[in-house]
Amino acid sequence: MALINKESVKKRMGTRLAANGVAKFLFILATCFSLLVLGVLIYRILAEGLPYLSLDFITNFASRMPERAGIWAALLGTIWVMAVTAPVSFILGVGTAIYLEEYAKKNAFTKFVQINISNLAGVPSIVFGLLGLTIFVRLLGLGSSVLAGGLTMSLLILPVIVVASQEAIRTVPREIREASFGMGATKWQTIRRIVFPAALPGILTGTILALSRAVGETAPLLVLGALAYVAFVPENIFSQFTVLPIQLYNWTSRPQEEFHMIAASGIIILLIILLIMNSIAVLIRNKFHNRF
Amino acid sequence: MIQENKSSRSQSAVMEKVVPKLFLICAIISIFTTIGIVFTLLTETFTFFNRISIVEFFTNTRWFPFAADEHADFGIIALIMGTLTVTAIAMVVAIPIGLAAAIYLSEYASAKTRKVIKPILEVLAGIPTIVYGFFALTFVTPLLDKIIPGGISIFNALSPGIVVGIMIIPMIASLSEDAMNAVPNSMREGALALGATRFEVAMKVVLPAALSGVIASFVLGISRAIGETMIVTIAGGSRPTADINLTESIQTMTAYIVQVSQGDTGYGTTIYYSIYAVGMTLFVFTLIMNLLAQFISRKFREEY
Repeated sequence: MALINKESVKKRMGTRLAANGVAKFLFILATCFSLLVLGVLIYRILAEGLPYLSLDFITNFASRMPERAGIWAALLGTIWVMAVTAPVSFILGVGTAIYLEEYAKKNAFTKFVQINISNLAGVPSIVFGLLGLTIFVRLLGLGSSVLAGGLTMSLLILPVIVVASQEAIRTVPREIREASFGMGATKWQTIRRIVFPAALPGILTGTILALSRAVGETAPLLVLGALAYVAFVPENIFSQFTVLPIQLYNWTSRPQEEFHMIAASGIIILLIILLIMNSIAVLIRNKFHNRF
Repeated sequence: MIQENKSSRSQSAVMEKVVPKLFLICAIISIFTTIGIVFTLLTETFTFFNRISIVEFFTNTRWFPFAADEHADFGIIALIMGTLTVTAIAMVVAIPIGLAAAIYLSEYASAKTRKVIKPILEVLAGIPTIVYGFFALTFVTPLLDKIIPGGISIFNALSPGIVVGIMIIPMIASLSEDAMNAVPNSMREGALALGATRFEVAMKVVLPAALSGVIASFVLGISRAIGETMIVTIAGGSRPTADINLTESIQTMTAYIVQVSQGDTGYGTTIYYSIYAVGMTLFVFTLIMNLLAQFISRKFREEY
């Protein structure tokens, strides 16, 4: 008496194993597709952009003639905007995180702030542009200035910095806080001298990654009225400005093929900047990653 | 010395009281940001609806704001259709590929492979959207033009849709992989011990167990696609239409806002206010999606 029909089991095993093999192949294929796209994207940009890349390209202003066009104004504009965005978003973000992790009681208000932050993280960046246009440019009368752009960018990346800082602060163990309290330190002294330094690598990593997102953002500053054609560098925070992505957008949206080439050169510069920022973030994380 | 101690102590006592308040202000600014967004969108949208009836806005299928006054049409359906078309194409690309990559990384790949591939995938997520827009216009569109019989317009819905999808793959892959990684190994081992193949374990045990997280990642992906701006602005064109034709130029809500910001539309014109009405619609769409994703991952989370 055969309870198990070996023939049919054998047959089914075959198809099941085959299905497994085919599925595995498809899954690998999907993963490789993403990697392939990344490869093609980088190859295309290098192939188109490298011939135009030179020192002149970096130090020239934008021009109507492709062979004389450069990104100097956009590069400095980006640095100016980040000079506003970095301190503002760092102070606001870390302050919020310290408040939520160290001071806030577990009540409805804290929960509301937390939900609010995670919702802000999902708001499309262009809506932040509308916010900046209304509040900073029109209501406060800042005009399409570096300051208005920097503040808008700060609010945009604020949720990322808050969440990263909260995680960093949470990993600081209770014991060293208690030891600090035990030595007679007050709460603020403990936060300033013990918790904040211990959490700093994590906070910095999160902040740099958030800033690198801001460097690549285009839409909010476009809505704000940042100029697309600029032949001067900002002199102070009330100057008009352009940034790298907007300059790239300007070149990309022109019909002439040559402008696409210099857009590719600009993209190389932008990607190099992002690569450097990301490497610094990784470096900080690896170097100062102290486990307690 | 006692004097010194006293003065330093009273100093720090002041600090103890002031510092928390300062941090509280930081926290409140994030709430003000939300209030600011809602407030600006609402007031300017209100002004817009004083000029254009809200019924027309939501029922008219034509969007021609730049026509002379009495001929101008403000029917957001055309923009919504453009947005949804791009989003749908993006999801057709991103969901199968993202999910397949997630299954491969969490169920098949060795720890070593995962350690190499995951960061590379995350590089894709860190590339600025302007670069993707450039890629769509100068590479994907010409490629599609060669593949598709009859060709394709320079500006079309298909190319930005595909590229938005590619942009979202890492997000879906990473979030889904997190959800699948959270499924305890004992469940896999149980299924394998009963004779299941890896594929059966993935599809019948791990995926159902991680379903809430996986679906939440899809919804977040949709939200990202709806709010994406630069790719659709560069490669999608500026011809709002309620018809669905993937090879022809379209316009999305975000692209319209950019188009108006780029022009010399004066402050106070109907067109100026229209970007807020469009922004409000966009905001509501993405807010619903984000809340839905949070709700799904919280409500249907299975605890083991």
